[in-house]
Amino acid sequence: MTIADPKAPRADQADLDKAADRPEDADQWTAKIRTAAVDALPPQKLLPDRQPAYVASWIYVFGVVTIAALIVVIGTGFVLALFGPNWWHVSSTGLFVNSLHLWAVEVFMFSMVVHLWGKFFMAAWRGKRKATWISGVVSFLVSVGAAFTGYLSQQNFDSQWISTQAKDGINSTGTGALFNVTNFGQMIMWHIVLLPLVVVALVGLHVLMVRLRGVVTPFAAKNETPGVDAATSGAEVQA
Amino acid sequence: MPAIALVFGTLFGSLIDLNHPGNYIHWGFIQMSYGNLAVIVLMVVVFFAAILIPFKTHKEKGGDR
Amino acid sequence: MTAETAKKHGKPRKFVQDRDAVVWHGRYEPYDLAKEFLIAFVVVCILVAGLAVVFGSPDDKPVTVKSWSNADAVGFAATAATELDGTSGTATYGPPYNLNGTTAGKLGPINPAKWLGVHHPIDTANDYVLGPLSTLPNQPQVQAAVQQYKAASPEQQASWNAAYEKAVADAKFVNGKLLVPAGDYGPVATLISAETSMARSGALDGALLSSRQFYGTDYTKPLLFIADGDYFANLGSAQHLSGDQWGMMNETGQWPGQAWLWLYTLWYQVGPIGSSDNADIMVFSIMIALTALLALLPFIPGLRSIPRWTRVYRLIWRNHYREVEGRTGSGGTSGSPPQVDTAGREPATVSG
Repeated sequence: MTIADPKAPRADQADLDKAADRPEDADQWTAKIRTAAVDALPPQKLLPDRQPAYVASWIYVFGVVTIAALIVVIGTGFVLALFGPNWWHVSSTGLFVNSLHLWAVEVFMFSMVVHLWGKFFMAAWRGKRKATWISGVVSFLVSVGAAFTGYLSQQNFDSQWISTQAKDGINSTGTGALFNVTNFGQMIMWHIVLLPLVVVALVGLHVLMVRLRGVVTPFAAKNETPGVDAATSGAEVQA
Repeated sequence: MPAIALVFGTLFGSLIDLNHPGNYIHWGFIQMSYGNLAVIVLMVVVFFAAILIPFKTHKEKGGDR
Repeated sequence: MTAETAKKHGKPRKFVQDRDAVVWHGRYEPYDLAKEFLIAFVVVCILVAGLAVVFGSPDDKPVTVKSWSNADAVGFAATAATELDGTSGTATYGPPYNLNGTTAGKLGPINPAKWLGVHHPIDTANDYVLGPLSTLPNQPQVQAAVQQYKAASPEQQASWNAAYEKAVADAKFVNGKLLVPAGDYGPVATLISAETSMARSGALDGALLSSRQFYGTDYTKPLLFIADGDYFANLGSAQHLSGDQWGMMNETGQWPGQAWLWLYTLWYQVGPIGSSDNADIMVFSIMIALTALLALLPFIPGLRSIPRWTRVYRLIWRNHYREVEGRTGSGGTSGSPPQVDTAGREPATVSG
């Protein structure tokens, strides 16, 4: 079978972008997955260059600030991992990197909570955005867990205290049998392997859902009927 | 980066030494460290600042829309 | 998209303001997400670096069995005696360490710790005292004391232990020797003295950690031993870290701690809960329930109406409302018929 020059434009290019190169391959799992993904999140929707006019408040930056802080947490954690858990106790550079890691976590939790408050007061779960809200809450919980295992991995008095106190709460649920907070080896592996993967996966999912549904629309204005298309709020329609 | 950190680390440790027994505020049955109180107050302040401070959009800046 | 949804389900769902939202067909503005991210990242880096330079981070040295027994030899000896006779906190904890207690608590018939059972077995008499002492070389007196203790009946052991524990409260530590008032302690006085010396030398730390393997990373045994003593507990409460001091939120020194744990630790400060034997499982259950409420908020009528009732959204979207409601003032049109032209237009709702 001869194949046409791939660089030449084709009349059916739009169809090809969506489906398989050959119609008979459209049933392939790969083709189906790709088609579904591109349908749900075409490039313009995945990385839009415009937002509804009502997205004009500083409260909207706290999501991206949280993500930026998460990246700094992971980056500084990466450096701490490079030199091992003992490094920051014996090196002043190590102590500084540990300080960066700690304050990045404080900024991360700070901005996540402000983001939560903002999303709450916007009732951002409205309009098929329940999964976005739930993934956000779960991200928060897993982040608290990740911070907790971090505190347990410090190998200093603080981690001794936290582990011997927290064990009681955790033992009361029965999970102490499996999740042993006084087991440093286990805790640091949860902290640097398992939980970061889960946090990043959840945050990624959360952001994809925001892109999928768009930023939630405002509640109806006083001169609007709730549930009616909000077309009076601007002369232009989305191009 | 390591050189700068070394300078900071050795010269400063940290500019403000927080390695003293903490100070606590006792308010009814609430006991809180000044550090935590500062963080919580700051969160509330930042939240209200964020929704009150005007956010200049492209249009309002006189952009091409 | 939304009109099709309405048709597909036959009768359109009633629009519930706190659950549903309209699709936006109004004006869009350019918004550079990539630039916003980069600015946010740079700002966060500068902020974090600034905070690290100014405030640093805490690193209080850990307590070791060695540092504890050197700082408080009598206190250590008293704790070691309770480990030997099985009355210490760890010895009487119950699951997951042993079957001698119910420290983990239960809620009525719900007893998860018991159901999961013992997973980190600790036998304090052997693991903390007799075992480590047995490893000491060239100490025939100590080995004889160990054998004598092991060979005695439980009643005899209990009698020696009870007498010793009463006496050790008044012990003195002079010139590296533990001095206890005279009494019938059998081999117990020798055992505890040897234990104290072993601890002060640092050998006990090593024995506790490496009892199972060379590359130990599981510090459960030494940590629980240390936590049984008053010395460690006093260090914690001096730093406001105890459970009844809102300690869960706090950090050593003056650093901010974990403010996000405020609601978890709050319940421990509530009298009937905090002082209950089952405080831990009670608080955990409350927090599971509250967390479920938070996660499932979109489904809960009333709670999910709070944002609309509190009207903070009017501040957030005030520019939008100014545009829609005209510049005659925000309260102008309440009560008057809606000015939206709905003729011929289907409700364009995106139902939750």
